[in-house]
Amino acid sequence: MAADTETTQTAAPEPAADTPLRLRTVTAEGVLTLAGAAAGALGLDWVLYERVLPFSGVLGFWVSWYALFLVLYTAVAALQWDKLSVRDKFCSVAFTTGGLLATAIVIDQVAYTLVRGWAAVKFPRFFTQTMADEGPLSPIQVGGVAHALVGTLEQILLGTALAVPLGLLAALYLAEVGGRAARPVRTLVDAMTALPDIIAGLFILAFCVLTLGLPKSGFAASLALAITMLPIVTRASEAVLRIVPGTLREASYALGGSQWRTVLNVVLPTARSGLATAVVLAMARGIGETAPVLLVAGYARGMNTNPFHGWQTSLPLYIYYEVTSPVPDDKIRAFGGGFALVLLVLVLFTIARRIGGGAPGELTRRQRRRLEKQDAARQIEAGQRLTNSGAAEGAEA
Amino acid sequence: MPAEANTRIMPPALPEDTPRAIVAHHSTGDRIFRGTLRASGWSVFVITGLILAFLIARAAKAFRFMGVQFLTTSSWVTLSPQHFGIAAILPFGIMIALIALIIAVPTGIAIALYISEYAPPRLKRSLIAVIDLMAAIPSIIFGLWGLLFLEPRIIGFDSWLGRHLGWIPVFNFRQNTSVAADYAGSTFIAGVVVSLMVIPIVTSLSRQVFSQAPQGEREGAYALGATRWGMVRTVVLPFGRAGVIGATMLGLGRALGETIAVTLIITPAWDFNFRVLQAGSNSIASRIAVDFPSFPQGGSMGLSALMAAGLVLFAMTLIVNTIGAIVIGRSRSGLATAD
Repeated sequence: MAADTETTQTAAPEPAADTPLRLRTVTAEGVLTLAGAAAGALGLDWVLYERVLPFSGVLGFWVSWYALFLVLYTAVAALQWDKLSVRDKFCSVAFTTGGLLATAIVIDQVAYTLVRGWAAVKFPRFFTQTMADEGPLSPIQVGGVAHALVGTLEQILLGTALAVPLGLLAALYLAEVGGRAARPVRTLVDAMTALPDIIAGLFILAFCVLTLGLPKSGFAASLALAITMLPIVTRASEAVLRIVPGTLREASYALGGSQWRTVLNVVLPTARSGLATAVVLAMARGIGETAPVLLVAGYARGMNTNPFHGWQTSLPLYIYYEVTSPVPDDKIRAFGGGFALVLLVLVLFTIARRIGGGAPGELTRRQRRRLEKQDAARQIEAGQRLTNSGAAEGAEA
Repeated sequence: MPAEANTRIMPPALPEDTPRAIVAHHSTGDRIFRGTLRASGWSVFVITGLILAFLIARAAKAFRFMGVQFLTTSSWVTLSPQHFGIAAILPFGIMIALIALIIAVPTGIAIALYISEYAPPRLKRSLIAVIDLMAAIPSIIFGLWGLLFLEPRIIGFDSWLGRHLGWIPVFNFRQNTSVAADYAGSTFIAGVVVSLMVIPIVTSLSRQVFSQAPQGEREGAYALGATRWGMVRTVVLPFGRAGVIGATMLGLGRALGETIAVTLIITPAWDFNFRVLQAGSNSIASRIAVDFPSFPQGGSMGLSALMAAGLVLFAMTLIVNTIGAIVIGRSRSGLATAD
């Protein structure tokens, strides 16, 4: 007994308190190393790029700045940390710049188009005029995108109407029927998502226009769009349908539901917001397609509201023809068209993010608020009923 | 006593266990429903078959006219005397796609790793949205940007590469020049612009695979004392290898078929060379886009030649994409279960 206590006393010095290891900490050393390397690289780059070596060009300046920055950062890090941490820090910095680069590219593309497009868009008539009255010497105030806007909207709506039902059914096949036979279908759908977009136009040209005798029109263009959108809709919807919990399906079967009732009443409503997102994203992808419509839509300078008859212009086509024209003002018009197109894509994209983005069954803020309101109303009602019945009992007594 | 032991050892004879065959009897409604779904699913094959069939039918005339020389002729003269082939436009297109991949694959993987491993959770969702948006930016906008924003800015870099790294065969340049026009519309610039369109494909596919790397193995790596990069290198990257390969192949398919941006940027060239910085390049898709308006009639040789070129492009991308899709599907994670 005595020996026992003695050993414990000697063998167990105060154990160090367990402090959780913090993986993500901002330390002064870390920040200063980063900032120092960035500033040092900037200075060195300026000296080398502008003074010592005969380089030129803004882009080259930043590319070599980045290379110098990585070198300096590694060197400074190697002075204070061990080899493993240096490698770790280096990779963190490299990957983080990757993320920043992607964001920068997207912002650059969108902002550049919007800024350059403003020169044309600042005349509101740009959206109400067509190119019918425009000649090579017309000022920028004459001529607009009204006809292209109409054409784009009609073609994308028709294309969506054609692609979504088939795409959704195909997605249901992959997710609900599945099995071994569905494998080649999924592989081919995957392969078709990266189908060269001009092939869709070429196919509609060979099949519908040259063989079936369908004239070049907005409808032919929407057929081509439907072919490019079909695999995108299928892929995206299948991914959404797949995360509908299996227990919901089983509950429906246990209640005696057949498969089509289950799909119709349980699976589709549960995945509704996700499916809507998939469709709108596919629309955003389809709306900017130039190559498929280039071959089969023709090119009209005036308004044509009938997609089934006559040539029809869409926004991407308008931009393509304007930017390849030698007239300087047409370049500005092309950017005006780009302004409208980017805006449309952004609007569709925002809608897609708004209605969905969450997992199936996950409620949007608005739905949650509505449910809470209903809940509160129900509780008040229940409370009233309670007091009423209490009063009735009291009266009886 | 022995008898009792016997009875204990020998259990009463039970009928042999046979698994019950589960036969799901589908109702008539279900059978129709499943049939409809199956037909819609397989319609993808019908569409692909139709595309192949009609391209072959329309291309037959050109193939009959040129024969094997279609593969070895560099020029593209479709008015008489007709003499056309893909010996220049195909390798140029492949060069553009390769340059795009050389830039896009490392960048895409870095972005994917940042999103799935490094980014704080709140940032993750918006970055995924950014990549989705990048995929939705129309290629004509990339073309405008490449032609009027990037090209004037990249030419300085180009000419520097040409003047100082000219001893590397790829950067070799015909003459030692810094005149901008000698560098405009080159394979390299087209490749850079196309790479921006490939990045979202590579990023989103590899991100989906990376994010499925098993949590247990990640924690195991950390428990063994790995740094974050150590964990990524030993767990996430090996897990996602097949996915990255598949994503690269799908990106290659996209890059080979890119039309409008390439058409806007390049100046057509007809003698294939590996000097990527030199002005002039070509690709099948851009040839179709540029040449198409001159052949409004269906029966003309010019249109048939374009169909033939389109068929080559379609067959090539279909093979590359299918291999990519199979690789992704076979990988341990499989995109079938992706989020």
